[in-house]
Order: sequence, then C-alpha cells, then structure tokens
Amino acid sequence: MLKIEAVLQPSKLDAVKDALLEAGIEGMTILEARGHGRQKGHTEFYRGREYTVDLLPKVKIELVVPDELKEKAVQAIIGAARTGRIGDGKIFVSRVDEAIRIRNDERGETAL
Amino acid sequence: MCRRFILIVLSLMGLPALALAQAPSAAASSQPVTQAQITALQQAVQTAQMSGDNAWMLVSAALVLLMTGPGLALFYGGLVRRKNILGTMMQSFAMMGLVTILWAVVGYSLAFGHGNAFIGGFEHLFLRGVSLGPSAYAPTIPEQTYMVYQLMFAIITPALITGAFAERMKFSAMAVFLSLWSLLVYSPMAHMVWGIGGLLNSTGGRFPSLDFAGGTVVHVTSGVSALVTAIYLGKRIGYPKTPMPPHSMVLSFIGACLLWVGWFGFNAGSALNSGPLATSAFINTHFAAAAAALGWTIAEWIHNGKPTALGAISGAVAGLVAITPASGFVQPMAALAIGLIAGVFCSLMVFEVKSRLGYDDSLDAFGVHGAGGTIGALLTGVFAVSSINAAFGNDASGKPLPTGGIDGHWGQMVNQCAGIGIAWVISLVGTLVLLFVVDKVIGLRVSPEEELAGLDLSQHGEEGYDFNS
Repeated sequence: MLKIEAVLQPSKLDAVKDALLEAGIEGMTILEARGHGRQKGHTEFYRGREYTVDLLPKVKIELVVPDELKEKAVQAIIGAARTGRIGDGKIFVSRVDEAIRIRNDERGETAL
Repeated sequence: MCRRFILIVLSLMGLPALALAQAPSAAASSQPVTQAQITALQQAVQTAQMSGDNAWMLVSAALVLLMTGPGLALFYGGLVRRKNILGTMMQSFAMMGLVTILWAVVGYSLAFGHGNAFIGGFEHLFLRGVSLGPSAYAPTIPEQTYMVYQLMFAIITPALITGAFAERMKFSAMAVFLSLWSLLVYSPMAHMVWGIGGLLNSTGGRFPSLDFAGGTVVHVTSGVSALVTAIYLGKRIGYPKTPMPPHSMVLSFIGACLLWVGWFGFNAGSALNSGPLATSAFINTHFAAAAAALGWTIAEWIHNGKPTALGAISGAVAGLVAITPASGFVQPMAALAIGLIAGVFCSLMVFEVKSRLGYDDSLDAFGVHGAGGTIGALLTGVFAVSSINAAFGNDASGKPLPTGGIDGHWGQMVNQCAGIGIAWVISLVGTLVLLFVVDKVIGLRVSPEEELAGLDLSQHGEEGYDFNS
C-alpha cells in the first residue's frame, strides 16, 4: 500500500478530484495548507507599504492506494493539475504499513 | 406661495389645540379670535417645532452611538490581528459603559455647566437641574436630549484613542486612563468650545472658534492624545519589520460605512435642530467623505500602483474628520475641496510621515483624526461663510458679520489656530500626566507573553473566532 501526497494549487482541486474518481480512486483526504517551493510569493499593500506574502495557499490531497494503482493515480493527478508553470506542486509517494477500517476491523488492501 | 402654505399648516395645527382651549371653536363662528386662542396656537406651533427638532436630535444621538458601537469597534477590530479582535472591540464597548456613567454623574456638568472660561462647574452633578424643558444650549429641544446627544460624543472621543495603542494595552489600565481622560481632557475642551462662557466659544469667547461638531474637541484631542500614547507605550513587538496586516478588511469596511452614515448624526445633528442648517451639514458631511475617499485613493494609486480598500475607507474617514468642524459653516463646493485636501494630506501623513518618524500609531488615530482634525479646523477658518451660518451675528446695520476667510474675515484664522493650539496642548499635557500616573499605579502595557498570545486570551480569556466548534 502506498500513500500519495500531492501539494497542489487550490484552483486545481476540483479537476484533480474528478480525475481521481474517474481513475477509480474514491477515498481521499483533503487538507488546506500554506507553503511554497520555488514559487515567489505575492506582494500586498498595507498603509502604503509593500510587503511580501511567502506563505501561499495550497491544497494537499492524501490517498492510500494498492501498489498497482500508484501510477494510474499519479498520472490522473498530473494530468489534471499540470499547467507547465512554477507553482504546479509536487507529489510524494511513501510506503504504508497498515490500513484498518474503523467500522468493521477490516485490514490490509480491503480496508482501502 | 410658501407663506400661504405655512399659514394653512399653522391653522391646521391649531385646530386640536383649539379643541382644548376654553373658548369655543372659531372655525364655525364669526367671533373675533381671542387671546386664549392665539396663546394656544403659539403653544401648538412651539410643540410642533420642538417635536420635529427633538425627533431628529434623538435619531442623531442614536446615529452617533452607532458610530462607536459597532462602527468604530468593527473598523478598528478588522484592522488588528485576529488574536486581538475582541480586545479591540471591548475597548470601544467599555467606553460606551464607563463614559455614560461618568457623564451622567459629573462629566456633563464639567462640560456644560456654567463655571468659567476653562471648565464648567458641579451644578449639574448627577444631572441635577437638567430637565425635559429647553435650555440655553438648544432652545427647541429638551435639555436632556442635548445632554444625551453630547454624551455620544463623549463616548466616541476616547474610543478613537484606542487605535493608537492597539494590541498592547492592559484592559484595566485602558479603562482607568480613558475614564480620567474623559473628565480631565474631554470635558474641559468641550466646555471651552461649546460651553457657556467657554474661552473658544464662537459666541462671546475670547478666541471665538468655529468648530461645528467637534473637529478640535473630538478629533484633534483624540488624535494628539493617540500620538502621545503611541510614543509613550512604545512599538508593538515586531513592528515595523513583521507585517501586521488587517485580519479582516471586511469588518473594517462595514465599520467604516457605519461611521459614514453615523456621521450624519454627528455633524447634521450638531445643528441642534432639524432646519436648513442640518441640511447644510448633512450635505457637507457626505460630500467631504466622498471627495476624501477619492483623494486618498488617487494618492495611493500613484504611490503604490494599486488602490486599496483600506485606503479608500481611510480616505472617507479622513474627509469626515476634516469636515467635522466645518460642516455647519461652509458651502457644499467647499466641502468637496476640504474632503479632497484632507484625503490627500492624511494619506501622506500615514504613508510618509509615520514611517519616517517611526512611531507605532497602530491604527492611524493620529494620522487620520489628529491630522485630519487640524487641517479641517484650519480650512474651516478659510471657507466659513455667513450665508450658510451667521455664527457671529449681525453688525449694527443688520448685515451678517463675516465668518471665515473667503467671507472677508481672515482674522478668523487666528482664532482657529488658538482652538487648535489649545487642543494640542491640553491633549499633550493631560495625556502625558495621566499615562505617567496610571503607569506607575497599575502599569499600562501588557507583558510580552500576553502581547504575543493576544489580548483576547490574555485580557479576556476568550477567542474572537472559534473555527473548530
């Protein structure tokens, strides 16, 4: 089982969600986050003074999928989120030790 | 045409009074009108005039209170960081409670009792002698209406100062400091400008000052006191390096609009009646706000490349401040000019002067109120005309005496400067003394830990927003 974490532009959330659903992946957790990579922040004005806001709004999607669905999920995300510009985001994949369904104690891939 | 209309209205108003009169109704008979009927008619006219004026004045008093709560509370509240929203609003609200009690007990007496040129007396302690009948201050409304209307001014003035020491003053110290300030700075200044026998009173004062609704009494005093307090307390932790943008421009926007509308009560209500002078003041108020919003916006657009919402609403407030002393003395076009000048001037105060001098007047109480009030009081001396308000009465031949510069009376600038100067001095000295005393006894500033945690938690044990519940 693999955990896929994708940090995305907030405006891409709907497209990525839809693409994942189409790829057959239904379970996901969505977090509101702030951050930046190489993307510069934007400037705001307060009382005539300019200042830089580095922490930009982001959205983070977390999914846990069976190993064989990894590439499909990743391609779905990339396809929906890519614009070609700096700020598109990143995907991280890591191994998951255990998954448990709270409702009925199911474990392993059937719990996903 | 107009005269006939008035006669018809008067006679119609007279009919119910005639029903109460001892004499039989003259409507049906051909008897000559009796003295009793004339007296009854005069009483009816007076009652009608008073009811029109009193209705407007009570509404105005409500509008001015609205300016503090929630107008100012929201305007300031939105400008601070989230962790200080309640603390900021509580400061305005505390004034609504505290100043009311102080005013009722002794504040009104000190401001509007007879006393001397500098301060009233104690004849109205506990509002003794303040009846529901008319007073010399406002002959067509109950004195209690006048008292409660003036109370709303006494409430908002110290509340304005809270903008300077936002995010770092102890609630207890603020309550004591501003209560004392209200009695020792506000009441005397109000007495000098508006009280009978006051040094700066436009009727009979040594330096007859034209201050219609409190440019010096409210805005210069609060603005200068704000500056003194900001410097005495010192800067917020992290200022100016850490950006401290408003946590909710939405709240500030709502607050600013409430201030604009409420200001109609502040200025037009200062006519103390519902006649044409109230109309003049109403129009001038609105025109100045609009012109100043435009002035600040354009200045900012040039300065930064973008017009901000904060700039626009601050501009409007600056215009409202500047027109306050002028509202019942100038023509509408002058109001546009005053607004435009104030909008640009105050924006420069805030953009350039504040950052150059380095003081942390957190919410620009001095930049908008102190500077705006000062320039407004000066421009009042320039633009006041007797055709709008013959404030200095008539000369021997019955012609109205000129009031301001463009009316031919440039000497008025001396009196305006006297009013401004006295406001500066009493605020500087009074505030310094009070700050010093309160600091020694209670301590003014919150501890660094409390400041970082935020006033909501440290002073009130509450959170303004709970997104988790």
